[in-house]
Amino acid sequence: MLQKIYDWIDERIDLQPIWRDIADHEVPEHVNPAHHFSAFVYCFGGLTFFVVVIQILSGMFLTMYYVPDIENAWRSVYYLQTEVAHAQIVRGMHHWGASVVIVMLLLHTLRVFFQGAYKKPRELNWMVGVLLFFVMLGLGFTGYLLPWDNKAFFATQVGLEMAQQVPFIGEQLKILLAGDASIVGAQTLTRFFAIHVFFLPAALFALLAVHFILIRRQGISGPL
Amino acid sequence: MQRGKGMKFVGDSRIKQGPTASRIPKDYSEYPGRTEAFWPNFLLKEWLAGAVFLIGFLILTLAQPSPLGGLADPTNASFIPLPDWYFLFLYELLKYEFASGNYIILGMLGLPGIAFGALFLAPFLDNGPGRRPQQRPIAVGMMLLALVSVIWLTYSSAAPVDWEGRAEMDPPVPPSDVQVEIDTEHPGYAVYETSCLACHGAELEGTAAPTLVGIDYSAEEIADISVNGIGTMPPDQFTGSDEELEQLVDFILSVNESVEE
Repeated sequence: MLQKIYDWIDERIDLQPIWRDIADHEVPEHVNPAHHFSAFVYCFGGLTFFVVVIQILSGMFLTMYYVPDIENAWRSVYYLQTEVAHAQIVRGMHHWGASVVIVMLLLHTLRVFFQGAYKKPRELNWMVGVLLFFVMLGLGFTGYLLPWDNKAFFATQVGLEMAQQVPFIGEQLKILLAGDASIVGAQTLTRFFAIHVFFLPAALFALLAVHFILIRRQGISGPL
Repeated sequence: MQRGKGMKFVGDSRIKQGPTASRIPKDYSEYPGRTEAFWPNFLLKEWLAGAVFLIGFLILTLAQPSPLGGLADPTNASFIPLPDWYFLFLYELLKYEFASGNYIILGMLGLPGIAFGALFLAPFLDNGPGRRPQQRPIAVGMMLLALVSVIWLTYSSAAPVDWEGRAEMDPPVPPSDVQVEIDTEHPGYAVYETSCLACHGAELEGTAAPTLVGIDYSAEEIADISVNGIGTMPPDQFTGSDEELEQLVDFILSVNESVEE
């Protein structure tokens, strides 16, 4: 039965090359911790992606309860923390994942940097990776406000004041993020929510796709 | 030998490129060593490593529930803002004289811009052929310098912070929709007015200090806190007689009781 379904699809879209591209490549010895324990440094990129997947899944479940509105945002998180079954674990995963992903990203960046793996022909992928780092920091910044507790509110206020001091475009930048030149309030929360849940994840997925396609095309860098 | 997708495997410093060697990179299978198929051999091991990581991560999650402070109160003037830990180094940088005041643009955009710009353009700034760290001392030195600076800035920003005190000052107490009834006729109210009202508010709602509604303290504990302080509350806020202290405690408890009903 499964074979029949496979054949039916394969006949139409020729699955073999797609499958080979994803799965049928060889892992060289120098990146395989089974052969050289020190090769665990090559795990950081994969672990970053793993935590990103955790973030996406836990975030999807959090939005089932979260309400991006200043009256109810804090209450919905409080409800989540105290009433909903296992929600404390899901929110905990999202909260700690946000920190762990930065740590993993940093370790991955340092591994690539100190091994000089960004040198020709991988310059493009390095730049895509740095952009991914920025997107991740943006996700951290916008996500920090969403529980709408005191530490979130005041940290964001400081962040927006800093954005305001950017020469020439500061005022516009602040209005774009906060929805108002002086108030950090209802508009700010909905905008941060939209940025956190739609805009930045879209950028993240696009950049991740490029990052992985480039890895597949170029292969992993050789041993030092 | 050409196998698989003919993956390009570039920049292997163990393989010397001969004078006539072509620029076409070699295939994995032409390299020395034990290569392994990604599917399913390597993925199974990776899966295992991922599972171990996930267990550690879940233990962290269970051991340290994610924090939630009190509902944001824009009128709270005493709250000291602090960003998430991975922004602390940028925040701390602005406390230096050369990066604040008139030089705020330098501290806010200049220095981080140079650092992150250099990180972004690293392949073009460090464009020599050598990949080993000792072959590119400048790039590696700059990175180590940046790394030490970031760690130092983060440390000097986080070390003096009283994290527990901050969490204590900002507990996740749901804002009560119950109307607090203040009996100004109560003998303890006059004492409250002189000793506590400035910080704890006219309706015990808390202004500079936390709210006194919904607190979980016994009469003795409240009396002790009034005299000796707690957390960031200094001692000797109350300096009246024992009788007045008793009235004060009774007043605070009576307000709490009226809310509970």
